[in-house]
Amino acid sequence: MAVVFQRPKSLCDVPTHYCPGCTHGIIHRLVCEVMDEMDIAGNTIGVCPVGCSVMAYDYFACDMIEAPHGRAPAVATGVKRAKPDSYVFTYQGDGDLAAIGTAETVHAATRGENIVVIFVNNTTYGMTGGQMAPTTLPGQITQTTPYGRDPKVQGYPVRVCEMLATLDGTALAQRVAVDSVPNIRKAKAAIKKAFENQRDKKGFSIVEVLSTCPTNWGLSPTEALERLRKDMIPYYPLGVYKDKSAEEKEAAK
Amino acid sequence: MATTHEIVLAGFGGQGILFAGKILAYSGLMDEKEVSWLPSYGPEMRGGTANCSVCISDEPIGSPLVLNPDLLIAMNLPSYRKFIGAVKPGGTAVMDSVMVEEKSDRTDINCFYVPASRIAEDEGLSGMANIILIGKLIGETGIISLEHLRKAFEKSVPAKKANLISYNMKAIEIGMQYRK
Amino acid sequence: MERNLMKGNEAIAEAAMRAGCKCFFGYPITPQTEISAYLAKNMAKNGGLFLQAESEVAAINMVLGASSTGTRVMTSSSSPGISLKSEGISYIAASDLPCVIVNVQRGGPGLGGIQPSQADYWQATKALGHGDFHILVFAPSSVQEMVDMVTEAFDLADEYRMPAMLLADGLLGQMMEPVSFPEKRTEFSPKPWATDGHKNKREHNIVNSLFLQPDVLQNSVVKRFERYEEIKEKHAQAEVYLCEDAEIVVTAYGATARVAKSAVNAARAKGIKAGLFRPKTLWPYPEKRLNDACKTAKRVLCVEMSMGQMIDDVKLALECRIPVEFFGKTGGVIPTPTEVLAQIEKYAE
Repeated sequence: MAVVFQRPKSLCDVPTHYCPGCTHGIIHRLVCEVMDEMDIAGNTIGVCPVGCSVMAYDYFACDMIEAPHGRAPAVATGVKRAKPDSYVFTYQGDGDLAAIGTAETVHAATRGENIVVIFVNNTTYGMTGGQMAPTTLPGQITQTTPYGRDPKVQGYPVRVCEMLATLDGTALAQRVAVDSVPNIRKAKAAIKKAFENQRDKKGFSIVEVLSTCPTNWGLSPTEALERLRKDMIPYYPLGVYKDKSAEEKEAAK
Repeated sequence: MATTHEIVLAGFGGQGILFAGKILAYSGLMDEKEVSWLPSYGPEMRGGTANCSVCISDEPIGSPLVLNPDLLIAMNLPSYRKFIGAVKPGGTAVMDSVMVEEKSDRTDINCFYVPASRIAEDEGLSGMANIILIGKLIGETGIISLEHLRKAFEKSVPAKKANLISYNMKAIEIGMQYRK
Repeated sequence: MERNLMKGNEAIAEAAMRAGCKCFFGYPITPQTEISAYLAKNMAKNGGLFLQAESEVAAINMVLGASSTGTRVMTSSSSPGISLKSEGISYIAASDLPCVIVNVQRGGPGLGGIQPSQADYWQATKALGHGDFHILVFAPSSVQEMVDMVTEAFDLADEYRMPAMLLADGLLGQMMEPVSFPEKRTEFSPKPWATDGHKNKREHNIVNSLFLQPDVLQNSVVKRFERYEEIKEKHAQAEVYLCEDAEIVVTAYGATARVAKSAVNAARAKGIKAGLFRPKTLWPYPEKRLNDACKTAKRVLCVEMSMGQMIDDVKLALECRIPVEFFGKTGGVIPTPTEVLAQIEKYAE
């Protein structure tokens, strides 16, 4: 009998700690499918953040490092500079990447650090129980914005892809979502492109994945996906914000 | 009792104070002595001076910081004023008299005033007033031999600028022979 | 062996390359910047990497990443910068990763000053980050010793899988002294724990400091402390000078020990039975050596460029059996041999 669907080899055969309906599982799987397709897991080192995916080192079957909060791009820089021929990726949430780790993110990007950053944006601090994130939407209620995020008090959300697209070192800045099958396919294509960029030494590639947090949003998994479409995508439009290889192809024509 | 020479070189930044100190230290090393060289670093708080301490000794050197030198080279007025009083009785001070227009009234030390900046200009040795003063210092004290000095220049001058060694040695000679 | 004149900071950098350091990550700060400048010039020529990070925080985490791959790696800074690195140092220690950290101390607290100081003793030996852990702390007192200790720091860091610090100061970093270097290291022990890509030949390696189960975390800490006991036994080092009959033993480390030694010599010349005890490792502290050195001592005088930090370890080691006096200068002021001699004379009666 032909096998048409199975667990990617790069994904460990262990139960995860993620909440029901959480989209981390999908994103993990996409990264692992890409590693399998490119046959690079044996030469890949992943770097975990602090946040919900802090224990992702138990799920990815490549070598893994757990970084201090926000420092994953710096840790990945150290790995990549020490082992330039390996593949290196970070897997970070919004608080890790866009609040405490902003400096590390921006500077890894502007150095053109030849790494892949998977940025999971679910507009909240999930692991600590749902506090305001740098990407929390105006009006969004969290534990630390009980009356809704008020830009006059808490300022505005950070649009990471748009910001990093302005930097010369960024090779790819693309925002995707995992709310539907077509979007999941696009997300996988973006992640694959990011790893191919690394193979081709193009520089810093970030794929921002709009994700959900049913637990802390207080919604069912389906309602959460609905919110992603209704509230998040309008504020964080999907698309390619920077693609050096496409620009180069265009220029070559 | 072991001989120890404690030297302070002081002047403006850019006069080659640190290099001159390095030459003295290297000469000591070439003579198989124990040596140390310690610069002032960072923005100077008083008088815009740069200075360094050099120790040359038969024994391992304790504190490399020289507060009361036996030997002083002063290349500007603020440094002269700062250090002339600190020179140990019986010590020697050599001043660039173009830059230091005062004369010390201390009678317990040997003071020499050499218009090193002007001589350097006149002799086509621009920027080597520091080396002329070293020439005077060793001419008066004999703490270092010419052979060790030459070796020190060979060690300190980059290979690409090896032609500078003979200019430096010429500056030393002029300093040694200066009489007034 | 040929001896050349070299600045302490540059000697550290050259020694690191010869010890097989392949990556250096740093951020400029006075008075240690020559280390970065030297490596920026020479690292690539020697097949290594120099990278100026965007912050001290980033630099120490780059060290974490490079060390995870099994690469010999170093960072350096001065006091305020070390405070910023403390987060990463705790993670590195807790992840059982080796690395070498240089602190060319300057006056503090706060932005402080840029002149030599020893006010980071507590930080280095007791509290370089949160949690139960130690790092090896070497205290050189000459440029040559900086070279020797950098080499040893890399070796012991690898052997015990822990960070090692060279605790120097602005005076040692900035001064030039004659120095000779060992041959370049070419052979290293394998690091089977490294996350350098498993090549599909082994299970995946994980470098991690997170243990959510209290008993598991406790176990990992206890095992580390068992290693520390072995280190205390084997690697506590000191120089003991003229202590055989000493009635007053001066304790000092680093640059201050040079000043103290001059003062001890001067005291001996005056007929005072003075000696010097100079710890070369501050963690582990050479407690047994200190007790041996103080066998005939009636008093101990601890001299530091701080308000008195190492004195705690001196008292603990001696279990307060001998009175311990203190003399110190802080903020970048360097004590002079004359001042220390006056203290020796005062306490020798």
